[in-house]
Amino acid sequence: MTEPIAQTGGGTTTAPGAPVLDVDPGIKTASSPKTAPWEERHTSYDVESFEVPRGREEQWRFTPLRRLRGLHDGSASADGAVAVSVRAGFGDSATDLAGTGTRHETVGRDDPRLGDGGIPADRVAAQAWSSVEQVHVVTVNEARSDDEPLTITVTGPGAGETAYAHLQLRLEHHAEAVVVLDHRGSGTVAANTEFVVADGAKLEVVEVHDWADDAVYVGAQHLSVGRDATIRHTSVTLGGDLVRLSPVINYRAPGGDVELDGLYFADGGQHFEQRLLVDHSVENCRSRVMYKGALQGAEGGTAAHTVWIGDVLIRKAAEGTDTYELNRNLLLTDNARADSVPNLEIETGEILGAGHASATGRFDDEQLFYLMARGIPEAQARRLVVRGFFGEVIQKVRVPALRDRLEAAIEAELEVVGV
Amino acid sequence: MSTLEIRDLHVEVETESGPKEILRGVDLTVSSNETHAIMGPNGSGKSTLAYSIAGHPKYTVTKGQVLLDGEDVLEMAVDERARAGLFLAMQYPVEVPGVSMSNFLRSAATATRGEAPKVRHWVKEVKGAMSDLDIDPAFAERSVNEGFSGGEKKRHEVLQMSLLKPKIAVLDETDSGLDVDALRVVSKGVNDYKAASDVGILLITHYTRVLRYIAPDKVHVFVNGRVAESGGPELAEELETNGYERFTGAKEEQPA
Repeated sequence: MTEPIAQTGGGTTTAPGAPVLDVDPGIKTASSPKTAPWEERHTSYDVESFEVPRGREEQWRFTPLRRLRGLHDGSASADGAVAVSVRAGFGDSATDLAGTGTRHETVGRDDPRLGDGGIPADRVAAQAWSSVEQVHVVTVNEARSDDEPLTITVTGPGAGETAYAHLQLRLEHHAEAVVVLDHRGSGTVAANTEFVVADGAKLEVVEVHDWADDAVYVGAQHLSVGRDATIRHTSVTLGGDLVRLSPVINYRAPGGDVELDGLYFADGGQHFEQRLLVDHSVENCRSRVMYKGALQGAEGGTAAHTVWIGDVLIRKAAEGTDTYELNRNLLLTDNARADSVPNLEIETGEILGAGHASATGRFDDEQLFYLMARGIPEAQARRLVVRGFFGEVIQKVRVPALRDRLEAAIEAELEVVGV
Repeated sequence: MSTLEIRDLHVEVETESGPKEILRGVDLTVSSNETHAIMGPNGSGKSTLAYSIAGHPKYTVTKGQVLLDGEDVLEMAVDERARAGLFLAMQYPVEVPGVSMSNFLRSAATATRGEAPKVRHWVKEVKGAMSDLDIDPAFAERSVNEGFSGGEKKRHEVLQMSLLKPKIAVLDETDSGLDVDALRVVSKGVNDYKAASDVGILLITHYTRVLRYIAPDKVHVFVNGRVAESGGPELAEELETNGYERFTGAKEEQPA
């Protein structure tokens, strides 16, 4: 949709004998690492097993460490806590969970269920894991109606305060739920979020990060996909000084089906980073990734920066894998930088398909001309194009009231630069 | 009664080796209820003329005037020109992902008509216009031009013309790339709108084929950035037989 400044991939590889697709980075796209990140991927609950990041590590090279307020080097002290509420429904009409097959418990970090989603793979996640005092476990043991989403609200500890957080959302076998996981408020938070989706279960979750301007949030999302389970995870990042999200997909048995969608809108000074790993370790699983971002830096001020890393690994055992990932970034102003690095590593040729695409571009003048040549004023034409750009992601959100909120949030972002 | 007057129009584009003049003094007047065919070989500047009238930012007018009913079109922004009653059916309509055809058409109609059309009437109007052009109603929910075939795009250009009801319509190679059936449908769409309105049409084409379906009142041969000769429909017949050779001095492909 945009004039490409940088474009990579776009190819589709089919079995047999699928080669490793190499990424050819262009301007404003970072180069691929020489060793694939998963080859050196270390996981542990023990914070001391991770070196303190210095900024050169592949995992941290895009992150401004000095803005992490000590989350990465042990100097942060937890002087606050997040507030977590779980309600049935969304918005003003939400009610408590009484009488439903969904329960909310608070447990200690020694609860044996913790870790079912996955294991920390970076120092901040391990720090949060070993420091957190109170873990929230939400278990769904029913097929909930789409009309009644669960809303889990995580509120930051407040400006100047730091908190570690851990939330586990469990769907028992053949359970179904639509979940809005809403993050808001102020402060500094390091978090682990586990999504444990058992055999045959179906989870649709929209994870919203609508933090206040001061907030720093570094979170690892551990998604565990049971046999024939389905997860649709939509990640929305709209607010915060720095938000870094690292979702990892762990397939536990064949038949898993995962869609990861993302939408982010970064303004001047904001750093939004998303690092995805889809680990196809078992056969006959599917994954689709579609992340879209818009950036607008302040004129003459600080730049907006987004980072998207999409690692997809198809291991030797993962025959019959079907995967495709896509990232698109729309630069609305000059003062913006979008890094986009798709990585696809294929260790078996016996797959259904694997492909990736990434493009970062400016506003397309031809689209503007076309709309304006039909009489549509420029500002409205720009809004149509941006709404259209995000429309693919927003239309898949199944909670109408949330869809409205996201559309309104994008309109509000566009107001900022008078687009 | 409307008139589009083009007077001594000079237009250049920026190229790697500096500005290049494409239009070198175009004079042309199109009034309501007239159909003018502009015919010329490739590279003669026909499309540049179309885009310059619509206001594409790539083209710079260095001299001359374009007036619509005496109003200076060149002073208007692209959207203002459309709202003033000019329409350009593009040779290569642009894809706009994520914006549905129905949303786009309604936004455009609201802008050009100055108020949002009443929903009930509008739905009926669009359905009727789509059916006249043999367009499947499912296209209304598809993204603007995205994944459309060449013929589907051209039908939608004519659909937009019939809904936006311009005073003067410039059709830039609307016939190119169409098979005979599609050409017949698209031509019928143009003729229907001509019959239902006072539109003046500037039909830009490389081939005489379309003129069998859309009858021109006047034919202009366009060569090297200006009108080389003007005449009646008989001029098209001469081109059909002899090609552009008499005008270009070089042997060129037949405009059959």
